[in-house]
Amino acid sequence: MNQPKTIHELEQKSIQYRRKTLQIIKQAKAGHTGGSLSAVDILNVLYNRVMNVSPENFHDPDRDRFVQSKGHSVEALYVVLADQGFYPMAALDTLNQYQSHFIGHPTRKVNGVEQNTGALGHGLSLAVGMALAAKKDGRSYRVFTLLGDGELEEGSNWEASMSAAHYGLDNLTVIIDYNTLQITGPIESVTGITRLPEKFAAFGYAVRQVDGNSIPALTAVFDQLPFAPGQPNLILAHTVKGKGVSFIENQVGWHHRVPTDAEFAAALLELDEAEQAWERSNGSR
Amino acid sequence: MEAGKANLEVFAATLLRLAQADRDILVVTSDSRGSGKLGPFAQALPQQIVEIGIAEQNLVGVSAGLASAGKKVFAVSPACFLTARGLEQIKNDVAYSDNPVKVVGISAGVSYGALGSTHHSLHDLAALQAINNIDIVVPADNFETRAVIETAVSYPRPLYIRFGKAAMPHLHAPDAHFAIGKAITLMEGSDVTFIAIGETVARAAQAAHLLAAQGIAAGVISMHTLKPLDATAVLRAAASSQAIITVEEHSVYGGLGSTVAALLLQNRLNPAFKIVGIPDEYTVTGSQSEIFAHYGITPAALAATAQSLLFDPQMSQIHADFLD
Repeated sequence: MNQPKTIHELEQKSIQYRRKTLQIIKQAKAGHTGGSLSAVDILNVLYNRVMNVSPENFHDPDRDRFVQSKGHSVEALYVVLADQGFYPMAALDTLNQYQSHFIGHPTRKVNGVEQNTGALGHGLSLAVGMALAAKKDGRSYRVFTLLGDGELEEGSNWEASMSAAHYGLDNLTVIIDYNTLQITGPIESVTGITRLPEKFAAFGYAVRQVDGNSIPALTAVFDQLPFAPGQPNLILAHTVKGKGVSFIENQVGWHHRVPTDAEFAAALLELDEAEQAWERSNGSR
Repeated sequence: MEAGKANLEVFAATLLRLAQADRDILVVTSDSRGSGKLGPFAQALPQQIVEIGIAEQNLVGVSAGLASAGKKVFAVSPACFLTARGLEQIKNDVAYSDNPVKVVGISAGVSYGALGSTHHSLHDLAALQAINNIDIVVPADNFETRAVIETAVSYPRPLYIRFGKAAMPHLHAPDAHFAIGKAITLMEGSDVTFIAIGETVARAAQAAHLLAAQGIAAGVISMHTLKPLDATAVLRAAASSQAIITVEEHSVYGGLGSTVAALLLQNRLNPAFKIVGIPDEYTVTGSQSEIFAHYGITPAALAATAQSLLFDPQMSQIHADFLD
């Protein structure tokens, strides 16, 4: 496992991850911009602070496991895995290209990816199976899965939730990237995805809510795992779709829009300014 | 032919025996332990049965997660629900992600008889054949069932196994050889060869005996593995007999017959040929054997099909009509 990094260091990583995510989407001329940017900080904290998984132990049965159920936000995942050393960052130049292993949804052809995902409503059942296997085998590894909020419209998530609670999977943590937007519009305008904390609690989760774009807040909530013995953990991560670039934030149209040259330059400028501000803060937190 | 048990019972007994010696074997069920004759398994090995409830998507997804962590997983549910409700999970979480789950469709085909089309699985072979990275086995008798379950435990690839619940006669000697992907020839025949799968094999074998009494040499192949298909066995049969009849408890579209037809044509073979299965219509109401009889899947009807294929000038006329 990597040396634990400070919150200050992780905040810089998030800026760098956002820059690289935009760059590979721009280069590939395709990608899920808004959802990747909303999920960056969650992936950052998971891989750099929380999970015991690395290129060295990826085939160890005791490694922690991550399943990205919202597979469309693959660009952020590929960037974070490259930063972990699963492959060179330059490999991402082939994203979506003919015969590339870097498919536009997570694939086990890419080192570091546990399961092929992309169709919504699959990751939670997979994660339940993995967590149940740990219980059966007396292993102490933990399982994390990241779901979108619109994804919760798939009924299979609620089937899986019943099993997670039934088997008392406190080694399972479900994170909802609650950016409140899906491709058609605000999730509550699409269908009745309301009262999520109450729904998840009623399904048997120990629920925590957090600012999902705050490194210190995410770090603090993951440090509390497991939230309650014998209950699966659920983190409702309130995020901003497109977080980090002002004109992408909270814009439905940026679900899978690719920046123009001018937008890309403006986005990089904002991220550069954010990094300069980070340097001035210099760990004073 | 000597009477045997239902393949379903042999499956359950074999799995219990194997699981008692291997704690990594897990059975995952969707409120289906009763339908699967798995009550004794649940009683003997409560830690090795995972109950999901009536939720086939989750059944398959959880099974894939368990298999990814090294468990030897049999996901057991009626074929009709398992391969329709759970199809995307079979496609993505088992086949595409390469998690070697043994997907077991019980009470397959028209086993549920008069319960109707909601409970029939006449689409499953077609749907799963079109998915990369999952093999398909439909055992014909108790021997093939026992053998495929024994093979499945350590089989490194995703596997779909489907069978029914009617008692099956013994078709093979106890020392017969079973391997996935290798058809078993029960009888050789230079006039006509039945290539059959699953519970229809016994009926084809009885038809061959009727034909022998009429002086017609009929062969029978148990094509227990639909995918990967034993192409050599098919091509050899087509080369050595004048007519080929495929028989299956499945839609005539997309199952054994379609696959054999494609193989023959692409090898420039053109024997007299008939696909016997369930036609594209609302399936008649009745028990499994009544449905079989309605659609010509009885020994007498199969023998008559062979006779007409070999000798009826009208069958040749049909071919000529298409040429006009």
